Amino acid sequence: MATIVTIIVFILFLGAILTGGYNKELMARFRSHWLWDWITTVDHKKIGILYALGGGFFFIFGGIEALLMRMQLFYPNNDFIVGRTFNELLSMHGTTMIFFVAMPLLFALMNVAVPLQIGARDVAFPFLNALGFWLFFAGGLLMNLSWLFGNAPDAGWTNYVPIAANEYSAGTGIDYYVLGLQISGIGTLIGGINFLVTIINMRAPGMSFLRMPLFTWTSFVASALILFGFPPLTAGLFLIMFERLFGANFFDVAAGGNPIIWQHLFWIFGHPEVYIVILPAFGVMSEVISTFSKKRLFGYTSMVFATILIGFLGFMVWAHHMFTVGMGPVANSIFAIATMAIAVPTGIKVFNWLFTMWGGKIRFTTAMLYAVGFIPTFVMGGVTGVMLASPPADYQYHDSYFVVAHFHYVLIGGTVFGVLAGLYYWWPKMFGYTLNEKIGKWNFWLFFIGFHMTFFIQHFIGLFGMPRRVFTYQPEDGLTLINQISTYGAFLMAVASILLVVNIVYSYRHRVPAGNDPWDGRTLEWTISSPAPFYNFAQLPRVRALDAFWHEKMNGRKEMEPAEPLGPIHMPNDTHLPFVMTLGFFVSGLGFVFRSNEVGVLGLIIVILTMFVRSFEKDHGYHVETDEIEKTEKGANA
Amino acid sequence: MSRGKHSARLLSIFAILTLLMTGCEEPAKTVFDPKGSAGESQLDLIMLSIYIMIFVFVVVMAIFFYVLIRYRQKPGDNSIPKQIEGSMKLELLWIVIPIILLAILAVPTLSTTFSLAEEAPDNGDALRVKVTAHQYWWEFEYPDLGIKTAQELHIPTNEKVYLELTSDDVIHSFWVPELAGKQDLNPGKTNTMWLDAKEPGTYAGRCAELCGASHALMNFEVVAEDRSDFDQWVAERKNPSSEPQTAEQKAGKEVFTQNCMSCHAIDGTKMKTKGDKGPNLTGFAKRNKVAGLMENNDENLEKWLKHPDQIKPGTYMPSFDYLNKKDMNNLKEYLRSLE
Repeated sequence: MATIVTIIVFILFLGAILTGGYNKELMARFRSHWLWDWITTVDHKKIGILYALGGGFFFIFGGIEALLMRMQLFYPNNDFIVGRTFNELLSMHGTTMIFFVAMPLLFALMNVAVPLQIGARDVAFPFLNALGFWLFFAGGLLMNLSWLFGNAPDAGWTNYVPIAANEYSAGTGIDYYVLGLQISGIGTLIGGINFLVTIINMRAPGMSFLRMPLFTWTSFVASALILFGFPPLTAGLFLIMFERLFGANFFDVAAGGNPIIWQHLFWIFGHPEVYIVILPAFGVMSEVISTFSKKRLFGYTSMVFATILIGFLGFMVWAHHMFTVGMGPVANSIFAIATMAIAVPTGIKVFNWLFTMWGGKIRFTTAMLYAVGFIPTFVMGGVTGVMLASPPADYQYHDSYFVVAHFHYVLIGGTVFGVLAGLYYWWPKMFGYTLNEKIGKWNFWLFFIGFHMTFFIQHFIGLFGMPRRVFTYQPEDGLTLINQISTYGAFLMAVASILLVVNIVYSYRHRVPAGNDPWDGRTLEWTISSPAPFYNFAQLPRVRALDAFWHEKMNGRKEMEPAEPLGPIHMPNDTHLPFVMTLGFFVSGLGFVFRSNEVGVLGLIIVILTMFVRSFEKDHGYHVETDEIEKTEKGANA
Repeated sequence: MSRGKHSARLLSIFAILTLLMTGCEEPAKTVFDPKGSAGESQLDLIMLSIYIMIFVFVVVMAIFFYVLIRYRQKPGDNSIPKQIEGSMKLELLWIVIPIILLAILAVPTLSTTFSLAEEAPDNGDALRVKVTAHQYWWEFEYPDLGIKTAQELHIPTNEKVYLELTSDDVIHSFWVPELAGKQDLNPGKTNTMWLDAKEPGTYAGRCAELCGASHALMNFEVVAEDRSDFDQWVAERKNPSSEPQTAEQKAGKEVFTQNCMSCHAIDGTKMKTKGDKGPNLTGFAKRNKVAGLMENNDENLEKWLKHPDQIKPGTYMPSFDYLNKKDMNNLKEYLRSLE
């Protein structure tokens, strides 16, 4: 019955759309609304802002989940949140923070900065760019809906089987994880391919590979890692989906399956994922440190090759997450040595940053503070990483709070510090005004101190015998005080995060135009007005050296030399199709979660119909005429 | 005592002193104070890596603070610093030195990896224990001795005990911080590890792999005893006093056979079936803990029997709240007489 009703409703909708029998006045009002502009945009700068908003939105959820867990761990045998609910919190915290906070925030920076840094007018596939964002958002939303509809995923962000199988995780919690990640994973993959093509094909004249800014380089390598890293996850998620929804037996031992396959698939994706979220942060640090030291990046070429090497080795080390699985000493040894090898290119980077500052003129802006604070923090995360690479020692660290401390040092000390540095650094380019430096410095110091307070002590919590993902410990364990210190630190970080919001609001209210180049920048994004005009560059610049803008400044010029005469600019049209296609995926995901395969298939039909419409639509974009460009340029410089 | 252990003692004493100064407690089970040779060799590696890493960290920090202080922009100084492309010599330096440091770490890493993977000798002299993890309890079977027990792993001191680890349901991980690092227990796969204890004592163990709602409460203990004490324990387990003596105990056994027998076995007394879904309860009175978690006394036993789900969320043990007071007391009497 329900099926028939859905199909009838669907046919009515379709008929209305195809015959134009809908309310045209209402549609016109929709189209003139500012929200419509954001829903249909294909402008990489706006999509960047959307990514930042999306990441910030999910950060609220992930952050609250973290605070609730730290509150539960304040006392031994506390009964605030126990059992499955705690497992749901830890699973959602991890998944949210990695997939729906770290990745989108980095995609935000990539969208904002990469096309500008390489002197391009947009990304190679603006349509796909919008689609990538909406898919990420739909995936995140779908997963977080699980809190409202019953139960959330409870098998950790790693979602190991068999605890993720129907038998041990009743309800639909894990289905939200599987389908949410599948949908947002498509978006990420699309985004990665888009940036690869953009960086290869759309560089301004003279911008050779070895003249690309380092942030563009790290985004490039991270995109390549997405291209090769996400398919194993997709495959693994399909296996779990079929096991949970359609009764397949890939992981069921009793039916001849093997649960360890999932661990391999997950970590073949999962380890490159770590580098996907850290490499762009390395790029931000390189830009910020170089700019605020007024020096070119020390050892640029070795930085580039170190980045590539880290990306390459990132695929060789996944099994170091599985030393205790019982792979045998030979496999453990091979993966141990491969893992240690990554320390070498990472070390190159750290020393190159130090020597970029050496002999420079360091200005401690908030962006630079985050970059400077990043160095000791990331080095600590790095050295504990090498310690973890030794299998016998790892038998002690593994799945204890030591590991929790380690990866928070890398993910917060690396990725989050990088994102925050990048936001403070590129904010004027995104919105035309800088964030307040005074609140910014408070924001940095509170976050920095809170972070170390929370996580430094967790190394010891782990070595004193507390496993990770536990909702309690015993009074006789002697872990009460150190857990309490950690909780206080977490709240300090929460205060710092609120301060960031305060800063954004305050800076918006007291905004003063920042000008094209507030930081004495070195790369192409600082040659155009802030915020950048929608076509980015009125004339594509001619790039003559690494740090192209700096090169011109040092040779006494204030602007880039154009590589083309002023002429009409070809731009893509806005389109609502990515949003509609995403809606299809979302409906499909929700349908499968509720085990209503008809609705699931219906959603996919919407997706395919939208693809069909897109394929046969004549959309060649439009041209911005010369006089409009001249007017815009004059207005921006006035 | 090994080198690593010595310096680790210093480090942990330092850490504990810091905690004491803030007016607090001593961690009960620490990796820094191993009581077995597996734990010692792991600590040696941990300490070696900590030393190397402290060295690296100190070098980086020295350069870091020097640079930050020396090269701050002075007010009014708007000169442009020299733009340096790089330095082959320096860059080679920080490629070669890390490689040497890693080699120093890699050699003992590999040798320890292989020595910890040693399997039980074929001659049958070594003590083997089959460890099976269940949501949320541990089963210990001594195949050569014909003993099955739960929650407490008894081992003789100064002997390598070889564990064969597997799981009955989901993935768990066996961890006794003071004796040895972890090994996972996978369904459908048997892993091996060995451990020993150099001093008699009770060592806390934990499940270290997320295994469900009560993962945090899947605790166990390793009880290490001198060889003679251990032999005595084996003899007791083989010849347990499980027959009820008093009238209350006899009634209690009756309650047991009606309510508990299909899941729990008790050796050394006549019962129709020997359930194996739950822990074997032979010698229950001598165990330190109820449910591996709470002190073994009358009050806690009743709490557990009445509302196991409130103590271990998600446990398969049903509630026996429906027993009347007399039956409950008799059942407890019987259980607490099992030696």
